[in-house]
Amino acid sequence: MSTVARFRDAVEDGRRVLHFEGDLTLPRLGVLPTRLDRLKGKGFILDLAGVERMDTIGAWLIHRTARDRDGRIVGAGEDQQVLLRQVAEADQPVKVRPDPPPPLERVLDQLGTATIMAGQTMVGLLGFFGALLITFWKVAGHPRRFRINAVVERFEAVGVHALGIIGLMSFLVGIVIAQQGAVQLRQFGAEVFTVNLIGRSSIKELGVLMTAIMVAGRSGSSFAAQLGSMKLAEEVDAMRTIGVSPMEALVLPRVLSTVLLMPLLGFYSGLAAILGGGIFCWISLGIPPITFIQRIREVVPLTDVWQLLVKAPVFGLIIGMAGCFQGMQVESNAEEVGLRTTAAVVQAIFLVIVLDAFFAVFFTEVGWL
Amino acid sequence: MSTQPDLRRDPKAEEEPEIVISVRGLRNSFGDQIIHDGVDLDVRQGEILGVVGGSGTGKSVLMRSIIGLQRPDAGEICVFGQPVIGRADSELQPIRKRWGILFQGAALFSTLTVAENVQVPLREFYPRLSEKLLDEIAAYKIVMVGLSSDAAPKYPAELSGGMRKRAGIARALSLDPELLFLDEPTAGLDPIGAAAFDQLVRDLSKRLGLTVFLITHDLDTLYTICDRVAVLADHKVVAVGTIPELLALDHEWIQEYFRGPRGRAAEEANEAAEGQAAADAGTGEAER
Repeated sequence: MSTVARFRDAVEDGRRVLHFEGDLTLPRLGVLPTRLDRLKGKGFILDLAGVERMDTIGAWLIHRTARDRDGRIVGAGEDQQVLLRQVAEADQPVKVRPDPPPPLERVLDQLGTATIMAGQTMVGLLGFFGALLITFWKVAGHPRRFRINAVVERFEAVGVHALGIIGLMSFLVGIVIAQQGAVQLRQFGAEVFTVNLIGRSSIKELGVLMTAIMVAGRSGSSFAAQLGSMKLAEEVDAMRTIGVSPMEALVLPRVLSTVLLMPLLGFYSGLAAILGGGIFCWISLGIPPITFIQRIREVVPLTDVWQLLVKAPVFGLIIGMAGCFQGMQVESNAEEVGLRTTAAVVQAIFLVIVLDAFFAVFFTEVGWL
Repeated sequence: MSTQPDLRRDPKAEEEPEIVISVRGLRNSFGDQIIHDGVDLDVRQGEILGVVGGSGTGKSVLMRSIIGLQRPDAGEICVFGQPVIGRADSELQPIRKRWGILFQGAALFSTLTVAENVQVPLREFYPRLSEKLLDEIAAYKIVMVGLSSDAAPKYPAELSGGMRKRAGIARALSLDPELLFLDEPTAGLDPIGAAAFDQLVRDLSKRLGLTVFLITHDLDTLYTICDRVAVLADHKVVAVGTIPELLALDHEWIQEYFRGPRGRAAEEANEAAEGQAAADAGTGEAER
């Protein structure tokens, strides 16, 4: 049976001799490498006569000890000699790790790279928007080239499949707004204004913003991941060479689907929030549904709906574009797909919120209070 | 002198060679599509077994079943005499230490450098090895498979297809396995690279006493390095044997495969190479 590798340290004829015994194989090495490293002195004789089996790692250990400590190998069998010769041949200076740059240089390098990347992303996104507009213009000129099936397919993934989660989320948010609003307004004896709070915030802000965040998380990320994997598998290149424009076949349907569905989903989300708030008002504040609906119709002006309908497609455009843009930027490996997907979602949500602030100021100036 | 049964490769020494992989009555299907129905196969210690078959005959599925990535519908598979089907993951670990696998696309971990890729199995199974030794092992393995020494700190994405395959084989060999699975190692390589790869596999198998399970479409590979060839067709292994033995069989696909224009070219090339080798040996003798 095989035994654990070990060696005996002896002095014979005035020279240090290491008698190796057992199996010099990876599973049987045990503490042998550490013991060898701890040995002091030079000019050993390495006696392999007692070695039963040896693999390349065992051979490497012997070879290394002989090389570094001026050793001489004796008693090696024929096969062992072959192995030793082979590892000796393979013993070439190899740099295993890339050289780490000095810390200061690394920080500066990362800072610079991040700045350049951020600039490039903005320019790239702008360019992508331009390319998208050109593609849209071309397709609009030749409606036959419009891939209606691809768009409808996206409708299902982006819209229909999102109805459940968006509805539930908005419903719950509606309840929370109503509950928190009621607690605060009660202090002024103005509980009835909870209805105003629910109606206006749901339609004007919350519905569309929550939907945008959900769509960015669901669809923006999936666009980035899909297109990224397709880039990796050279599918996009294959498309180009066949003469199909990836912008037309992949990007436009996706962006169109988010642009067209965001208003619908946003409105639906607003309704779900109002429903949630209404149920809370009914149960907790004793406002009957009929009264609640009448109040909503009185306090929510039509301009709120217009605001929603203006904002939502723009948010959809940003989400779809960020997802597709990041996906198309994937070049090298699977890790990049993950990074780009994250970037797509973060970028989309960030831009949506920045634009929402811009819209809020704009609509106030316009007089759509 | 010490004996080293695992380093020797002499079929004549033992009448009954040890069976490393045995497959019995394997059945695999995906939905309605039957891939295997009653596959029987033995792989002997120290041989290079080539597995051939038309596209979709389940060569890769057979390999995946043996290495435990595909759960078959029925059948028995033993590796190193131990059943692998239906075993818990922890029970398979000792077997996994003893084999190395090169996947079709090399399947290098893309976030790790080549050297780190080679070290993954070592770190997993032998956590006590020192960093220094790990680096040294990675270095000599990388040189051994014929990669240039500057390839070690590179990421797989920076390598060419052939280099990636070599890095893959370096990872497969990192534990000094007794059994090596190769899934189409020469596919996608240029003929020079493919020939060098064949040479590498034969060399390694001879040096380290490896048993090799090799899936290939490459007739040159079959002729130059395989000891035996198993033919997958009609959902089973229809024949196993040396190429001359297979040629003697009256099976339509086998005849078409080996007697087709490509098969004949490979055969002629092999004969020419062997003739040349014999001639060289002859002149060598004469000169001495």
